[in-house]
Amino acid sequence: MGQPLLLLDAVGVQLATPRGPLRAVDEVSLALEPGRTLGIVGESGSGKTMLSRAILRLLPPNATLTGSVRFDGRELTGLGPEPLRRLRGRSIAVVFQDPMTSLNPVLTIGTQIVETLQVHLELASAVARARAVELLSAVGLPAPEQRLRQYPHQLSGGMRQRVAIAIALSCEPRLLIADEPTTALDVTVQAQILDLLAREQQRRHMAMLLITHDLGIVAGRTDEVAVMYAGKVVERAPTRTLFKAMRMPYTEALLAAIPRVDAAPHTPLAAISGRPPDMTRLPPGCAFAPRCRYAGERCTRERPPLRDAFEHAFACWNPIDAPLAEPA
Amino acid sequence: MTSDSAVGSDAQALLGVEDLVVEYAIGRLTVHAVSGVSFEIAQGETLGLVGESGCGKSSLARAVLRLTEPHSGRVRFDGQDLTALRGEDLRRMRRHMQMVFQDPIASLNPRRRIGDIVAEPLVIARVTDRAERERRVGEAMHAVGLDPDSVSARRPHEFSGGQCQRVCIARALVLEPKLLVCDEPVSSLDVSIRAQILNLLEQMKARYGLTMLFVAHDLAVVKAVSDRVAVMYLGKLCEIAGAMELFRAPMHPYTATLLAAIPLPDPDAPRARSLPIGEPPSPVSPPSGCRFRTRCPRADARCQREVPVMRAARPGHQVACHHPLQEPREARS
Amino acid sequence: MAAAELTPALEAVPAVRRARLGMVFWGAVIWIAMLVAAAAFADLLPLPSPTDMDMLERRAAPTMAHWLGTDSLGRDVAARLIFGARTSLTVGLCAPLIGLAFGGAAGLLAGYFRGRLDTFVSGGVDVLLAFPPLVLALAVTAFLGQSLLNMTLILGFLGIPVFTRVARSATLALAQREFVTAARALGATHTRVLLHELLPNVALPLAAFLLVAVAVTIVVESALSFLGLGVPPPQPSWGSMIGEGRENLDSAAWLAFTPAGVMFVTVLAFNLVGDTFRAVTDPRRSAS
Repeated sequence: MGQPLLLLDAVGVQLATPRGPLRAVDEVSLALEPGRTLGIVGESGSGKTMLSRAILRLLPPNATLTGSVRFDGRELTGLGPEPLRRLRGRSIAVVFQDPMTSLNPVLTIGTQIVETLQVHLELASAVARARAVELLSAVGLPAPEQRLRQYPHQLSGGMRQRVAIAIALSCEPRLLIADEPTTALDVTVQAQILDLLAREQQRRHMAMLLITHDLGIVAGRTDEVAVMYAGKVVERAPTRTLFKAMRMPYTEALLAAIPRVDAAPHTPLAAISGRPPDMTRLPPGCAFAPRCRYAGERCTRERPPLRDAFEHAFACWNPIDAPLAEPA
Repeated sequence: MTSDSAVGSDAQALLGVEDLVVEYAIGRLTVHAVSGVSFEIAQGETLGLVGESGCGKSSLARAVLRLTEPHSGRVRFDGQDLTALRGEDLRRMRRHMQMVFQDPIASLNPRRRIGDIVAEPLVIARVTDRAERERRVGEAMHAVGLDPDSVSARRPHEFSGGQCQRVCIARALVLEPKLLVCDEPVSSLDVSIRAQILNLLEQMKARYGLTMLFVAHDLAVVKAVSDRVAVMYLGKLCEIAGAMELFRAPMHPYTATLLAAIPLPDPDAPRARSLPIGEPPSPVSPPSGCRFRTRCPRADARCQREVPVMRAARPGHQVACHHPLQEPREARS
Repeated sequence: MAAAELTPALEAVPAVRRARLGMVFWGAVIWIAMLVAAAAFADLLPLPSPTDMDMLERRAAPTMAHWLGTDSLGRDVAARLIFGARTSLTVGLCAPLIGLAFGGAAGLLAGYFRGRLDTFVSGGVDVLLAFPPLVLALAVTAFLGQSLLNMTLILGFLGIPVFTRVARSATLALAQREFVTAARALGATHTRVLLHELLPNVALPLAAFLLVAVAVTIVVESALSFLGLGVPPPQPSWGSMIGEGRENLDSAAWLAFTPAGVMFVTVLAFNLVGDTFRAVTDPRRSAS
């Protein structure tokens, strides 16, 4: 295995809030190989969005970043503003959840793409325009020349997200961070956008960090999954292993709590009791212990460390042992 | 009028909707949100209404309760013509039909206390005895899993989305209505909380003998709570069938498309597919004939000319399509 | 199965952020309180009459008899300041209240019912705002004479459109929120929705705006008095005192600057209190 493209080592993000310090991301270590997709799964408050922001240092002003973020061997945390700016959009691109807010509403689509190309690749404007049309048709936008003159509000949600992806891909980044890219979209459009991302990823041999709360998306579209809870990675495994042989009770509970389209109606759902923790008042032991059906005395006292068993890491005193039965 | 129902013929229809049309104007354009929808819900049944954004399902839900005025069409509730009621008669009818909305925090007045909020329906219904009100509020709150003593004096901003949704459900149930309309009640909640609220709704249905209209875009969520499911596209109903039947053997191409696009949380399952044909048309100018024809692989000239009528293709399974699917799709593992 | 959430884990976040209410805020509150008390109980204070002219002591420096000296007609400056505060505060408080009552009601109804009522009210607001206020003041005083009452009515009337706009925009934002729809779904009458759901939420931005409006009104009243359109002499008013002091700037500059200084501090105090009130109530109990 070559050097990972992205290496996070004990990354932490601490926010100063009126109610006390909040560790939004706590000692997260991850590695991503070139061309592979890592899914980060978590609910709101798990820290997954803060983590993605930390990589490019797009953090709010009251945040403190600790740990190391290495991209292609280069340390990002100490990088000055100018080299960081050159990196953003060029080598590492981001697609956000809501395309309406990530696109500038007062500029035409064309201006926004062309601007990116001119700034990062220093293309002449005619060349940039031609490239923009190419990109828009690559992302499946019908009538791309006309789109250049349109404004974001004239497009539907799915089309806007395609534009956002086109902008993200315009400078051939080596890493794409997609933060809930399809949450705001309909399910049919979602499948199209995910197909598009997969296709482009293969074509450009691009690595992708796919952040979502939807386990269905993760199951079909990622090579490896990291599950986050209360700011920490609680389980990390290759996708198939995670779903078939999960060790963390949280992962098991999350999977069991999702209504399945292949289940019978009125099947009672195995809901997880309680609520996600208040991040400013975390309990001393495992953060999931208050809601965990396997919780023991040690779980409430002591925080379990993340243990690496071959490629499968998990943080639990009472992990689930037996792998699930293979499908017939 | 729809005749077949998956429920036995002796079950009375509590709610009957006939040719409901909802339109509204944006500037000079008219949005055809709902264009002639008819269905029935039997007493004690849950009808799931599913569709993507812009299909008009929320407009339909609100029009059924006359929170927005329908342009034309009729709603029959418990034997009465709801659309003909005015003023005080309509207000009195509202006690029997309640709604739970999508955003639980926005559904609660931020300046009022939880206890007052849940008691509000009783005040409006002129239950003057304070002790009686408190008793019923306490009962409703216990039913949804909240402790009235620690919750009543506080304000909505002190609670999470899931807790606020419980308050909304308590408020909707305190008058013991017959019909509960849920408009995307769990979409804005965290995954781990959704299951709690869905279970709660099922429990409440059993406890209060409710009839429910459950509107959502998430098919799995709809399937989990519904007896029958109706699929809506661009203002019209495509298909109505029993929940199990619809998902096992959909007949309308749109339903099949929706089902194929759902990603299953199982890495061995076939990957979610989607139609290559892009975006849904705008409800301002829906296509002629069958509205789905611009994205349907089975469309032909007839689909462009003729609007398909909802008819019973199999017992308990109605579909509005000129070329419905006949074979059940391969079961997804 | 569904869990019973018996105790909310979140504690109540304090509604008022203690850090904001510093020394300056309380200083402003104390000043206003003192001024209001002094103006209310002016008759009981050991001051000479504000209208008594002591021709021997004209433009005198502060002495034991006259704490802040006398003006060009020998009248006690301190007494005139305090009685002048009566004028300014009466107009300053009552005129915005008129604006609040009528403008707030109009804005609330327009924002809730929309349609033709809204068109009518918004059109009316535009017309009123286009009215040159000074011309209106001149016209009214010319026809009905100068008095405290007339001044209050004029300024109250002129304040209505601004309150209407504030109330209307707050209501527009709120009327679409689901708790209003929920109330209607429960069978609440329009009156009930307006009074129980909308008004408590609109009241806060209106109250915050009221305090700022008080500050503005005091300045406007003083400007009109300065121009001679305010309450008629010999009734004192800060504006007229500044106007009289203008003629004596070279010999007795304090005659102009003392009322100006008092007015400055008072207006600043109202602005600070209004601002703090808005900042404290807006984000926490935000209705928008």
